[in-house]
Amino acid sequence: MTTIDVMRLELRGITKRFGSLTANDQISITVEPGQIHSLLGENGAGKSTLMNVLFGLLTPDEGEILINGEPVQITNSGDAVRRGLGMVHQHFMLVPVFTVTENVVLGFEPTKSLNRVDYRKATEDILRLSRQFNLDVDPDAVVERLPIGLQQRVEILKALSHDAELLILDEPTAVLTPQEIDALMEIMRSLAAAGKSILFITHKLKEVKAVADVITIIRQGRVVGTAEPTASESELASMMVGRDVELTVHKEPFSPGGDVFEIRDLVVRDERGLAAVNGVSLSVRAGEILALAGVQGNGQTELVEAIAGMRTVESGSITLNGRDITNHSPREVLDAGLGHIPEDRQRDGLVMSMSVADNLVLNTPRRVPFARRGTRDLAAVQAHAVQLIKDFDIRTESPQELVSSLSGGNQQKVIVARELSRALEFLVASQPTRGLDVGSIEYVHRQMVEHRNHGNAALVVSSELDEVLALGDRIAVMYAGKISGVVDPSTSRETIGLLMTGTKVEQPHD
Amino acid sequence: MTDATPVRLHRRLGAQLTSQHPIVVTIFALILGFIVGAIIIITTTASVLDAWRGIFHSWGAPGHAIRLTFDNVGAAYRTMFTGSVVDPNSFWDSLTTGKNWSVTLTPISETLTYATPLVIVSTGVGIAFQTGIFNIGANGQAVLGGIAGGVVATMVHLPMVIHLPLALLAGLAGGMLAGSVPGILKAFTGAHEVIVTIMLNYVVYAFLLFAVLSTPFQQPGQQNDISRTFDGSAQLPPLFGTASGLRVSYGVLVAAVVVVFAWWFLDRSSLGFDFRVTGANPSAAKASGISARSVVVMVFLISGGLAGLAGFVQAASTTHQIDGGFLIGNAGIGFTAITIALLGRNRPMGILWSSLLFAALGVGGRAMQSQTGIPLDLATVIQSVIVLFVATPVLVKEIFRLRAAPVATIKLATQGWGS
Repeated sequence: MTTIDVMRLELRGITKRFGSLTANDQISITVEPGQIHSLLGENGAGKSTLMNVLFGLLTPDEGEILINGEPVQITNSGDAVRRGLGMVHQHFMLVPVFTVTENVVLGFEPTKSLNRVDYRKATEDILRLSRQFNLDVDPDAVVERLPIGLQQRVEILKALSHDAELLILDEPTAVLTPQEIDALMEIMRSLAAAGKSILFITHKLKEVKAVADVITIIRQGRVVGTAEPTASESELASMMVGRDVELTVHKEPFSPGGDVFEIRDLVVRDERGLAAVNGVSLSVRAGEILALAGVQGNGQTELVEAIAGMRTVESGSITLNGRDITNHSPREVLDAGLGHIPEDRQRDGLVMSMSVADNLVLNTPRRVPFARRGTRDLAAVQAHAVQLIKDFDIRTESPQELVSSLSGGNQQKVIVARELSRALEFLVASQPTRGLDVGSIEYVHRQMVEHRNHGNAALVVSSELDEVLALGDRIAVMYAGKISGVVDPSTSRETIGLLMTGTKVEQPHD
Repeated sequence: MTDATPVRLHRRLGAQLTSQHPIVVTIFALILGFIVGAIIIITTTASVLDAWRGIFHSWGAPGHAIRLTFDNVGAAYRTMFTGSVVDPNSFWDSLTTGKNWSVTLTPISETLTYATPLVIVSTGVGIAFQTGIFNIGANGQAVLGGIAGGVVATMVHLPMVIHLPLALLAGLAGGMLAGSVPGILKAFTGAHEVIVTIMLNYVVYAFLLFAVLSTPFQQPGQQNDISRTFDGSAQLPPLFGTASGLRVSYGVLVAAVVVVFAWWFLDRSSLGFDFRVTGANPSAAKASGISARSVVVMVFLISGGLAGLAGFVQAASTTHQIDGGFLIGNAGIGFTAITIALLGRNRPMGILWSSLLFAALGVGGRAMQSQTGIPLDLATVIQSVIVLFVATPVLVKEIFRLRAAPVATIKLATQGWGS
């Protein structure tokens, strides 16, 4: 196989329009060999469109792609792979029951006589690449038994085995623990040292600063500037959002009251009948945000669903203000004063085909003044919506706009507005800023802290360590259905990271 | 309150422009339905086909073929119209002479008579659809409603002011009873409503035969499968009196009440809101504290109740008795209701128009059959083609090149306001 040893990728004036919307407007980027080039931008800034253009899935309206100075036409993803581009997707494209080797060769199997797959050669290739870049992957391991961080390395291996000279990493850290993120950064550095180019797409400022050589910031489809990794986080954030952003939330001094919410020895089973929550005890006091950290899939989802009355509790108890709400219906739990910002907002939090106004009363449609004697008062619903749209700065044309036409951030604002505008005893927020841009994250955080400053209690479940540290007055870490530790927010990221992997750590609190 | 007016105005304009789109598709689907009907008329009428075969035989032949085609298709659709709405000549005669109004109005009266139960049953099916429930059992529910209403109409003897409402309520209750079975089974065991309702239809049909062949309900002195005649006090009387000769009955008022109720229920009632949330997103409904169980049971009670009411209205305004073939086979209004609800996009006003269209096609088709010899089934084909095209809007957009341009204009137009 002939390979290009190094790659200099140049995008010149790429423009892509969808009807009246210009998703990419004259974007020019050059990725030098051995460079880690970070593409920083909010959701909807045009990063995905650009990658789809680069991978031949979309044809640009204007502009050209140059590889080592030569203009190339990329018409499909096979083309892109042949030209030495490798993509590591946000959601892994692996067959879970196959081994690492089988996954890596899939679609490009090296063959020996009689068209048999040459696994030995494949395994050797993988071992060689794995050693060369310190990937540390066992070629014979079955993918589904590997931790997420290693699965991601399999994706990287797969790209490398196709002789990729330029790797595109699309939001690669979203699913990783802090330790895994550090390891990934190391790998990225060693790949760059070996002359590979890396296009690192993200919206996380810390990571960009840690690993990038050059940072290109795009906003609303345009390149708004480049920055050195020495730039401060707030400089980067304000370029990304287009205005000054407060990255730290101002919190009143912590002065907790009595216990408002308590969980004792909770056991909850998931769909497969396994104890996803296995003996969890927690308590939250008035005026306190308890942040629940942990890598996704360690029982947080089931825990929150059990609290919200959406999943059956097998044993243990949940009490709100001394009242037992274990296994109460969602209606009873809501009426008891529980606010719930669900993890999957489009599935559990909103009805996309209904208006903003209707969504703002989604779980209180029968309350006075929204309805009387079974008849809805649409004027009251409308007035309520007008008020909340103003108070919570929801960007919508009108209260009658369908919620599906709002941006993700504004959809989340609808939920936050609905929950925080009710008289709440306790708020449970699950991944409240997932998929939101910096501006919306700032906003949601401020709302929740304000809620807490008024003496309210909240449980915030998040797999984002930054969020956990920004919001939590105390931090509980969940691992494999259990609480592996409850720590102070001054605790180091490393310690919390270790707790997230279930490692026992000396804890001052327990 | 200061900005209430512009908001409302904007909402109305926006809503109209966006809803314009499905209506445009529906109109084009109608046109396509009639085009397909025309093709079928051409290809099945021997004289027209012969004329087309002979177009190369003489200079005048192509013209003759075209003329013959238009004559035949024109005659078919003309009789369909005059047979279901009004014959303009007859209308003019009546207007100038003041006579024969009953003849002139008979077609529209018949269409309304057929449409009445369709409106009621389809509204019930539409409400179920909006809740995400596929009520295939509307026909069985209508039959049981007819039996229940019929029993009250024949066994009880009361003054009309009490008797007729009581019989209508009995019809409603009969449908609710039939609807409660799949509702309760789905709510508490998860049994799929499509399976249960289909099976239950056969149970009800068997019960119908049993009822009309059993002593108290069967017409005395009859061996046939036919019921007693309803008491006069439990019949829906003709709207313009018996002397008018027009069959259209007070049932149309029942249908009107049902349409208004359905509009209020879906748009204004709290329970209707629960229904719509459940239909649009069951997960969010659950998280918002809506009990899926009670919604399922309630929707089957309402949907079944309306079907039952339709069954009794049908019998009480036309035959005044029930036989073993009541609503069986082609007369199965509960099945037609599924397509009508689909055509009307499950909205009360849409269902009203769709029911009128279907009734007109059926009544007009009969007129066409008797006057031109083209079989009634053509009307069914047209109905089916219309629904087919409505169900596949993409196809219609493709055929009529409605694609991007109008869609974009509509979207832009609405986006321009209120910002």
